[in-house]
Amino acid sequence: MSGHSTYEPKSAFAKWFHERLPVMDLVKGQALDFPTPKNLNYFWTFGGILAVMLVVQILTGVMLVMHYTPHVDYAFASVEHIMRDVNSGWLIRYMHMNGASMFFIAVYIHIFRGMYYGSYKAPREVLWMIGVLIYLVMMATAFMGYVLPWGQMSFWGAKVITNLFSAIPFVGDSITTLLWGGYSVDNPTLNRFFSLHYLLPFVLAALVALHIWALHVPGNNNPTGVSVKSSQDTLPFHPYYTMKDAFAIVVFFMFFAFWIFFAPNYLGHAINYQQANPLVTPAHIVPEWYYLPFYAILRAVPDKLGGVIAMFASILILFALPWLDTSKVRSGNYRPLFKGFFWIFVVVCIGLGYLGSRPAEGLYVVFSQILTVYYFAHFLVILPLLGLLESPKPLPSSISDDVLARSRPATAAVPAE
Amino acid sequence: MKLLKTLAIAATGLALSFGAVHAAEGQKPARNIDFSFEGPFGTFDRAQLQRGYKVYKEVCAACHAMKFVSFRNLAEPGGPEFTEEQVKVLAAGYTVQDGPNVDGEMFDRPALPSDRFPAPFPNEQAARAANGGAYPSDLSLITKYRPGWYGTFNQLFNGIGGPEYVYSVLTGYVPDDQIPEELRAEQPEGKAYNPYFANGHWIGMAQPLVDDQVTYDDGTPATVDQMARDVSAFLAWTAEPKMEERKRTGFMVMIYLGILALLLYLVKKRIWANAH
Repeated sequence: MSGHSTYEPKSAFAKWFHERLPVMDLVKGQALDFPTPKNLNYFWTFGGILAVMLVVQILTGVMLVMHYTPHVDYAFASVEHIMRDVNSGWLIRYMHMNGASMFFIAVYIHIFRGMYYGSYKAPREVLWMIGVLIYLVMMATAFMGYVLPWGQMSFWGAKVITNLFSAIPFVGDSITTLLWGGYSVDNPTLNRFFSLHYLLPFVLAALVALHIWALHVPGNNNPTGVSVKSSQDTLPFHPYYTMKDAFAIVVFFMFFAFWIFFAPNYLGHAINYQQANPLVTPAHIVPEWYYLPFYAILRAVPDKLGGVIAMFASILILFALPWLDTSKVRSGNYRPLFKGFFWIFVVVCIGLGYLGSRPAEGLYVVFSQILTVYYFAHFLVILPLLGLLESPKPLPSSISDDVLARSRPATAAVPAE
Repeated sequence: MKLLKTLAIAATGLALSFGAVHAAEGQKPARNIDFSFEGPFGTFDRAQLQRGYKVYKEVCAACHAMKFVSFRNLAEPGGPEFTEEQVKVLAAGYTVQDGPNVDGEMFDRPALPSDRFPAPFPNEQAARAANGGAYPSDLSLITKYRPGWYGTFNQLFNGIGGPEYVYSVLTGYVPDDQIPEELRAEQPEGKAYNPYFANGHWIGMAQPLVDDQVTYDDGTPATVDQMARDVSAFLAWTAEPKMEERKRTGFMVMIYLGILALLLYLVKKRIWANAH
């Protein structure tokens, strides 16, 4: 990934520095000149949006820690102290709180984009798998962060989720005790969650660096799914994509700002403004919205251990996606059957999310079970078969041909036959 | 088109997925009140907050603590905006424990603006003992944790109805002889029927407001309805004291980001003009 740059140090100092640390060479080759397919649509801006969101979360988080007290007796009050007494504390906290939701919205769009355009297929399997790992670490980080304000849902959510591990045969109880740092969710739990919540974002940052590295080996996929063939197909990352990403990021920030300033508590649970009380169980314990599809899968299986296995399997199965999809064609645009099944899958995921928010009773359970079966069938049955049964549409000969055909509809209308 | 499709689906999914916690069995949705602080530009009505403070002080504070609020907050911008002098006098009306002094003794002194509102009971047990076993909740955040109504879209457009919840509970008491027939037998000793109450319509708090319970300094007639509105507004402020600053900042941030987005779009368009 290095050594292809044409960086020439201009000043004497730049030359001196370059001979000692060729970092400008890396920046020029990987961030400025990096050849990027010219046909990327706005769904490709979510990678940049996610990188910015990670930075936002780390910066606001570091500032929150300056005022937060990780102790069961003071955590809730220290959050209120931030909201009331710290200069712009309400802003920092609402940014962090809603930033988590924005992070997940962006990551879901990013993941579904990868699924639709086949970005996980060779030669990008490792890139995809690092992405799944990032998603897993994100979920763990967000879960532990939600516990820190020590509200009612923080406490009871932590209790329900950590309890899941006790279903693991033989070692389950020991794992739960280890997570709790004792025999119930208490101060040691809060302290270790706080410690890990501060640690994991930096692990995430490192994984993101690997993710970008793995991206820069094969380069970006693109909406046609056809590999880059010549320099005709690409544009330098700067200024083309720096400007496109910057525009998209600012638009995303407007969406983000709407929640921060005008509906800051809508995405959370009202009851988390009540301090944790181990003696009073809330009527409905519901995780944050971004976990709901997995929560539905967990509760769809009548057996506790089975539910836990199904829930983890539903995420881990993503690691195998590059090999489960047997089609050689990357982009869903050229796969008529896949396209339909992709949208059904999106609706199934949203449906699971809805069911996860409902109480686990009656028809809700039945529908959760049906959708759970479909979720797994999508990966284990539909995708492997589609590759064998489907006849894809003809692919454009190159990215630049496709772009030209689109910008000149008259010639594009001439049938190929 | 495809972008729109996906965004539409994402938005629907998002909207459907949360805000989905349900009301306790039988809780009646709160009555919707038009408060001055609703909407993206809504602000508190100072006079209303000052009246609401009076209701809190003379009625609620007998049993309910408000531990996250300090006297000085009453003078801060975006709240009731009493003058600093008024707050000093008003704080001095309370006694707080301080110490230890040089002799190692705790002592009582008049409260200062920097003090928090003292709690009416020294601990939860004392509060329960004095209130027939019920624990009067801390009111600092009640309008943020007690929804008046539910429903994903309802809450998106109307908020959770926290102040309306307080208003509805305060005005929603049903006299014992009008309790629905089928429920009468269940009435626990010393509890009143209130269909708006979140913890299952039997409420330990006796009806707290009667007409002319307080005398408003601005001459507003102190009807139960008026006092309930005023104290609900006051508790909306105690829960979210930076609301006005938040909305004002948000408006400016939106304008800034909007202009920035437009400029970036034009630059991007110009750069891309020669790309193909």
